[in-house]
Amino acid sequence: MSTTLDGRIALPADEAIVLHRSYWQATLHFCRREPLGAVGAVLVLIIAITGLSAELIAPYSPTANDFAAMTEAPSWTHWLGTDQFGRDLLSRIIYGARTALIVGLTSAIVGGFAGLVLGVASAYFGGRLDLVFQRIFDVVMAFPLIIMALAVVAIFGTGVHNVIVAITIPLIPRCARVVRSSALAIREIPYVDAARACGYSHSRIILRHMVPNVMAPFLIMLTAFVGQAILAEASLSYLGLGVQEPTPAWGLMLQGGAEEYASTAPWIAIFPGLAIALTVFGVSLFGDALRDVLDPKLRER
Amino acid sequence: MSAIGRPLLEVRGLRMHFPITEGLVARKLVGEVKAVDGIDFSVRRGETLGLVGESGCGKTTTGRCILRLERPTGGEILYDGVDIARMERKELLALRRRIQVIFQDPYSSLNPRMKVGDIIAEPIKVHGIEPDAAKRTARVRELLSVCGLSPRFADRYPHEMSGGQRQRVGIARALALNPEFIVCDEAVSALDVSIQAQVVNLLEDLREQFGLTYLFIAHDLSVVRHLCQRVAVMYLGRIVELADGDELFGNPLHPYTQALLAAVPVPDPSVEMHRTFRPVQGEVPSPINPPSGCVFHPRCPIAVEGCRRERPELREARPGHFVACSEVR
Ligand SMILES: Nc1ncnc2c1ncn2[C@@H]1O[C@H](COP(=O)(O)OP(=O)(O)OP(=O)(O)O)[C@@H](O)[C@H]1O
Ligand code: SF4
Ligand SMILES: [Mg+2]
Repeated sequence: MSTTLDGRIALPADEAIVLHRSYWQATLHFCRREPLGAVGAVLVLIIAITGLSAELIAPYSPTANDFAAMTEAPSWTHWLGTDQFGRDLLSRIIYGARTALIVGLTSAIVGGFAGLVLGVASAYFGGRLDLVFQRIFDVVMAFPLIIMALAVVAIFGTGVHNVIVAITIPLIPRCARVVRSSALAIREIPYVDAARACGYSHSRIILRHMVPNVMAPFLIMLTAFVGQAILAEASLSYLGLGVQEPTPAWGLMLQGGAEEYASTAPWIAIFPGLAIALTVFGVSLFGDALRDVLDPKLRER
Repeated sequence: MSAIGRPLLEVRGLRMHFPITEGLVARKLVGEVKAVDGIDFSVRRGETLGLVGESGCGKTTTGRCILRLERPTGGEILYDGVDIARMERKELLALRRRIQVIFQDPYSSLNPRMKVGDIIAEPIKVHGIEPDAAKRTARVRELLSVCGLSPRFADRYPHEMSGGQRQRVGIARALALNPEFIVCDEAVSALDVSIQAQVVNLLEDLREQFGLTYLFIAHDLSVVRHLCQRVAVMYLGRIVELADGDELFGNPLHPYTQALLAAVPVPDPSVEMHRTFRPVQGEVPSPINPPSGCVFHPRCPIAVEGCRRERPELREARPGHFVACSEVR
């Protein structure tokens, strides 16, 4: 495509195909081109369905203690064994999937969309506003995600809602920065000038003409964020600063007893660890494949 | 002066100097790109004024100032008698319906995420011209067929169409608001020669049908000659000559225009027809530090000592024939 923009933004033919065919066709095309990504997507889908229908699937209540069966190894009655309080690990992992998904998806989506709008607006308005936004983003991004999240939890306290806030805030500038650089190039394309010449409002130009055209980098970021947010939630919960007992959460399951019984009852630590690893792995596989399909030029880096 | 006699657009001393800044926070001004440096011209109702010149001489910037995509740093733009050069966003809204634009690149001038029908319907909707959705669809179909496209194209995405078809969509969008003045910035330059002719004819038909007025920015002299009643020649941010098309091509007075028109005649008439502007020998100086006096003096074959100091004003050397050169009698 012959435009004045730097090659990265030029619409790759494949993206046009993926985004303009029917969803079903696009999905088929994706699976054929990126089988590994499809595996990742299926993995994430299974975990999501498991988490959503936890009540139907889980064999026990995640909080029920069976004092007759404490730190029991995997068996036919408790497939993944029990912890030191006699709670069924499989049930806790199934319910934990729900917590991981709620925190991961909410943070990624809220943080992503806030970053999307801020990044595009920053590029569109330019000038002083852009300068101020850039500096604020830089300050927030100077801290690693988990440190920033720790600071937010320290201020607002623990619990699921605060964990979501804590993870969302550091994601915003990370998204805004990537989106802004794409939007800067979009702003120079004549269809944005045409929109301005038609006298459209700022919000219409940003939302209808610029945002849809930075979707490729945005979707790539969004999937990466889901993985990062799930990992961050697990880390915070492990540190005791995230989700609190008795809410089932994978990070929480790695804490306390899991360490104490690491050699005598290793299943207490292994299974939640596996759950975290598998989920993040699935999200990454899907995210990488999505990136390859939407933005082939990024792959060469 | 009566509204009939006065030009639709009158540009007086228009300047667009882009600042060059350094430093991230302090933003120190280190210079200016004098993209447009004091130009005067007017466009009469119903005519097509050609604006020609080498790449980088400020044609696009002039068009963008008139469209108020840029805020000029100096001068006046009188549109129908009202100065629009310093208008704010709100005031400009009414103007947007009257002045429209057609861009060069048919690939980047249409939003790839929108269907053709939505692209054309959007201005009609936003300006509240046709609140009824069904009537708006009918209007879109009408605009498409006016521009020589089947109404079926309304459901397509731009990437499903050819360059010439896309350019027609761009024209349909420009017409959607019923404008009276259209800035055509290299509107046919990116198209194949065969399609160029069709689009030029379309533009001519539309002008007659809707009583449009064009500012036609172009490289291709044959197209300009065919389409434009009057032609202005720009060089380094200034207008050096302005006259009726026949007069300018038949009797160029400015040494720059002469050099451009004289550049080696080609025997084959079809090649000659499509000759584009050839740079005169020597480099075009930078608009950041333009030469003193007459900006053309370093390359001018008939320059005299005074040309370094005095900036020649655009003056009427023959009736209706304006030239900015002190040596033209
Ligand atoms: N936003 C801007 N900031 C700084 N300089 C600019 C800007 N826009 C244009 N210029 C400069 O102004 C000068 C005139 O540019 P302009 O695009 O108007 O030329 P043009 O005659 O349309 O050229 P072309 O035939 O290549 O389209 C060029 O030197 C260009 O680099
Ligand atoms: S004013 Fe002097 S330098 Fe400029 S075009 Fe005329 S003769 Fe040449
Ligand atoms: Mg130009």
